[in-house]
Amino acid sequence: MTDLRISIILLGTMTLLTGFIYPVVVTIIAQNFFPHQANGRILTVDSKAVGSELIGQPFSRPEYFWGRLSATAPFPYNAAASGGSNFGPLNPDLVKNAQERVDLLKKHDAELTKIPVDLVTASASGLDSQISLAAAEVQIRRVAAARKISEDKVRALVRQHLIGRQFGLLGESGVNVLQLNLALDQSGK
Amino acid sequence: MTINTFLQIALFSAILLAFVKPLGLFMANVYMGRPTLLNRLIRPVELWFYRIAGIDSKSEMTWLQYASSLLTFSFVSIIAVYGIQRLQSLLPLNPESLDAVSPDSSFNTAISFVTNTNWQGYSGESTMSYLTQMLALTVQNFMSAAAGMAALVALIRAFVRQETTLLGNFWVDLVRGTIYILLPLSLVLAIILVSQGVVQTFSPYREIALLEPTTTSDGKSITTQKIATGPAASQVAIKQLGTNGGGFFNANSAHPFENPTPLSNLLQVLSILLIPAALCLTFGEMVGDRRQGWALLTAMSIVFFIMLGISLYAENQGNPGLAKLGVDQAVSDLQSGGNMEGKETRFGITNSVLWSVATASASNGSVNSMHDSYTPIGGLVAMWLIQLDEVIFGGVGSGLYGMIVFAIATVFMAGLMVGRTPEYLGKKIGAFEMKMASLVIMLPCVVVLLGTAISLLLTQGREPISNPGPHGFSQVLYAFSSAANNNGSAFAGLGANTPFYNGILGLSMFIGRFWMLLPVLAIAGSLAEKKKIPNSNGTLPTHTPLFVVLLIAVVVIVGALSFFPALALGPIVEHILWNKN
Repeated sequence: MTDLRISIILLGTMTLLTGFIYPVVVTIIAQNFFPHQANGRILTVDSKAVGSELIGQPFSRPEYFWGRLSATAPFPYNAAASGGSNFGPLNPDLVKNAQERVDLLKKHDAELTKIPVDLVTASASGLDSQISLAAAEVQIRRVAAARKISEDKVRALVRQHLIGRQFGLLGESGVNVLQLNLALDQSGK
Repeated sequence: MTINTFLQIALFSAILLAFVKPLGLFMANVYMGRPTLLNRLIRPVELWFYRIAGIDSKSEMTWLQYASSLLTFSFVSIIAVYGIQRLQSLLPLNPESLDAVSPDSSFNTAISFVTNTNWQGYSGESTMSYLTQMLALTVQNFMSAAAGMAALVALIRAFVRQETTLLGNFWVDLVRGTIYILLPLSLVLAIILVSQGVVQTFSPYREIALLEPTTTSDGKSITTQKIATGPAASQVAIKQLGTNGGGFFNANSAHPFENPTPLSNLLQVLSILLIPAALCLTFGEMVGDRRQGWALLTAMSIVFFIMLGISLYAENQGNPGLAKLGVDQAVSDLQSGGNMEGKETRFGITNSVLWSVATASASNGSVNSMHDSYTPIGGLVAMWLIQLDEVIFGGVGSGLYGMIVFAIATVFMAGLMVGRTPEYLGKKIGAFEMKMASLVIMLPCVVVLLGTAISLLLTQGREPISNPGPHGFSQVLYAFSSAANNNGSAFAGLGANTPFYNGILGLSMFIGRFWMLLPVLAIAGSLAEKKKIPNSNGTLPTHTPLFVVLLIAVVVIVGALSFFPALALGPIVEHILWNKN
């Protein structure tokens, strides 16, 4: 019985410390020192929130760069229900979805040959905000044609938005799709 | 594989190694009751806990009392976690007005978090209120980790002491492990993670207009994106440090708010292995021969890096099915290439694979990529590391006590070969210890194989399978491997949030944790009573390369023999089909 009594009291007090005080202290420090980061790195245009720097959005119009495939339900890039496709490597749907994306890319740009793998595969979170530089480059021709601006101008914007490896070493380089598209819209104004 | 791959892995290994000694010695001080640097700050809190809970910190426990305290505490915890989930709709800090969690899911999650498994049948952002995440789940992230470490420390004391029945005080070990080790580390890590963009807020989810509207699968127009958020950083920190692995969000550490940058990724994957690795040195320090700790760490590391190499090679190959479509999967300066289904762009192949191997070996179970979509060999590596009884690093505490049990089995086998009484660290290993060790080693295998077999025979077990062919079988095998070994990762396509799977996997996690703990503590009780015998010429030294090789052989052979037939039906067949593709 002593065990039961100690267990109940100890769990209660530990809950107070690790389940309440600890998260609240972290929140206070976070909100004071890193308010932008702690609240999801919200992007604003003309002081209006237009998305999160970290969370991708779905794009399918030719004048926008497209991101990774997203397997979230019931619509792509649903930031309230993250998740991947969980297709096994031999699942025929994996190839089917990739084929659809390939066809769509080629519909807008018949000369495309080699399509980077990240453009035809779903990300783990379904919210990936980035694509590889290769995946951005193969879309330059389409975006430039749809916007009737020069490829060089689009290419320059892509380069501007290249995020290198962190400290030149960690992770992989990539391009933030939402920020790039926002910049495209801005540059057209 | 590129030079960058090697550099990133070298950096990871160097930082991990640099922390082993200082943290290992610090933890030894904590558990030996010596004063530490943090004493002035934390000692008053510690004493407050003892006073309010009526704990006599001077008294010690036999192995049965120790086990009884641990079990009682776990039992009370399970009820609390269950209760909070069932009542969350009535409780505060529920800005999304989420309903009470279903009874079967609550049952599964309660056992899952109390057993340090953190298998998740539910999806965090659409199921759990902020309050549940904090009071139920974050708390158990701490408690289950501290309880595992406590059991390890009891076992270590059995080697240090002689002719006693006492193994220390569970309450003291639980409290000290939490407030001296887990909490300070978590606090520091959480704040660094926030600086990278892991969210930490009590505000409700935020709805923001999409730049380009989209449509649902049934044609409904969608113009806004609701962005889930919450007090994630505080939970993510302990989820990694305590080898828990339960994600705040459904996508776990693949979610950009849970793991936003390569730096947050590096810190989290380091945290997965940090305490399990350092505990090896804690063990060495406490038994008075650090070489014993380094030997176990070496054995773990060798298996780890071999598996990492195999998985890296497999994932860099890409998918032959996509190659046929003219998709470019080559590694280059412009893209990471490889098998990118279920992986994030910012992590690419290197960081995804490093994580998958770390999380599988350490019984952590968090993911930054979807294991279900790995190549057959990449998936096999993760599954098999879990099936090795989680002793390659393993869970905090539980991994090392598992490894010590394997060391006992190894000296026993070596003793049989040369015809001498086996001994480990000056303690004779007798029939009782070997019986208990066999239980520890065999039990998870039995649960995994039986559970898989039962599920495949039943409609309720087969229906939730989401992939065709041998991969569907692998999904079920992975689920039981993960549950019975308290890992918590998944081939997540398996729709396991059903009464059937919630029940049977809950049971598997329970058996995997507590029926393992009891024989371990029984071994501790028996060893503590034995006299220490001095080393003789006939003693097999247990810190030498020879012993390391023997130990690896025993771990690998047990793992390989137990699971080869099952693996042959899943990932191995799949690999053969894959090559024909």
